[in-house]
Amino acid sequence: MTKLAQWLWGLALLGSTWAALTMGPTLGLELPLTCREVLWPLPAYLLVTVGCFALGTVGYRVATFHDCEDAALELQTQIQEARADLVRKGLLF
Amino acid sequence: MASVGVSRSLPRSRRDPEERGSRRDKFSVLLPTYNERENLPLIVWLLVKSFTESGFNYEIIIIDDGSPDGTREVAEQLENIFGSDKILLRPREKKLGLGTAYIHGMKHATGNYIIIMDADLSHHPKFIPEFIRKQKEGNFDIVSGTRYKGNGGVYGWDLKRKIISRGANFITQVLLRPGASDLTGSFRLYRKEVLQKLIEKCVSKGYVFQMEMIVRARQLNYTIGEVPISFVDRVYGESKLGGNEIVSFLKGLLTLFATT
Repeated sequence: MTKLAQWLWGLALLGSTWAALTMGPTLGLELPLTCREVLWPLPAYLLVTVGCFALGTVGYRVATFHDCEDAALELQTQIQEARADLVRKGLLF
Repeated sequence: MASVGVSRSLPRSRRDPEERGSRRDKFSVLLPTYNERENLPLIVWLLVKSFTESGFNYEIIIIDDGSPDGTREVAEQLENIFGSDKILLRPREKKLGLGTAYIHGMKHATGNYIIIMDADLSHHPKFIPEFIRKQKEGNFDIVSGTRYKGNGGVYGWDLKRKIISRGANFITQVLLRPGASDLTGSFRLYRKEVLQKLIEKCVSKGYVFQMEMIVRARQLNYTIGEVPISFVDRVYGESKLGGNEIVSFLKGLLTLFATT
């Protein structure tokens, strides 16, 4: 099964559960009014939550993205060393 | 009886079978180049230094795609300096894809492990011994360098570049769940036969090629180990990340999403 198919299955499962519950009264399923009021906008809440989670995660990872200053410095020193050694070994740059 | 005598005279190799095993291993580094005459001598010097210090058996295969800047002449000089058993030149006439460069290089590789990396100094050879240790530790089929974990990181990226990189990585992780944290990186160690198999299967180009390699690896149930690396963006020359790259990345991502 492709990743796309997995996603479609998951969404279909969630969607149909939600639809069945909100359509409850017409199917003879009696849910308390408060439940139905919460249930109706649930997909929108879910979408907002997922969006916030995604933004939060990416934001956090950008903020904590490690800047390798020392690696760059080390490389610069080694480049000098390499050049000197290569010239000594007879390389014409 | 004779074997007892031998192992007594070589106590070290008996005590340390793992090290003895790694002595037999050979690591072929594939360096595809295009206009890298500034960087090539430096990366080769760093590779030789790293392998000399760690003592692993190695060879460096330079695949130059007909660079007009004289990369090939510099490579020939390097071959003379370091010896043609260590530096192998396998140039091609003109610029062809990265995947075919690996195939071309692998045909001439005598190692049982292949290391692929960029020749522009953004990947430092000092990490290679860590890759090898990691591979031994978990007997992995692939060891991938990662900028996104542990002490890994980048140098020379502005905020925009970081956001794009992290954002793209997040979306990829969510959609593909590939089991590796850095999909677009190209600093990796492969078992030779694994890389051969993967290249046969991969069709995409550019950033997506590296991503597809990992995704196919997961499909074929290969194991992947990860080593944090620092990525120092090109010291010499320009590094590009334009709108075109982003669009082709997204296209590739969606293709993999729908087909794997």
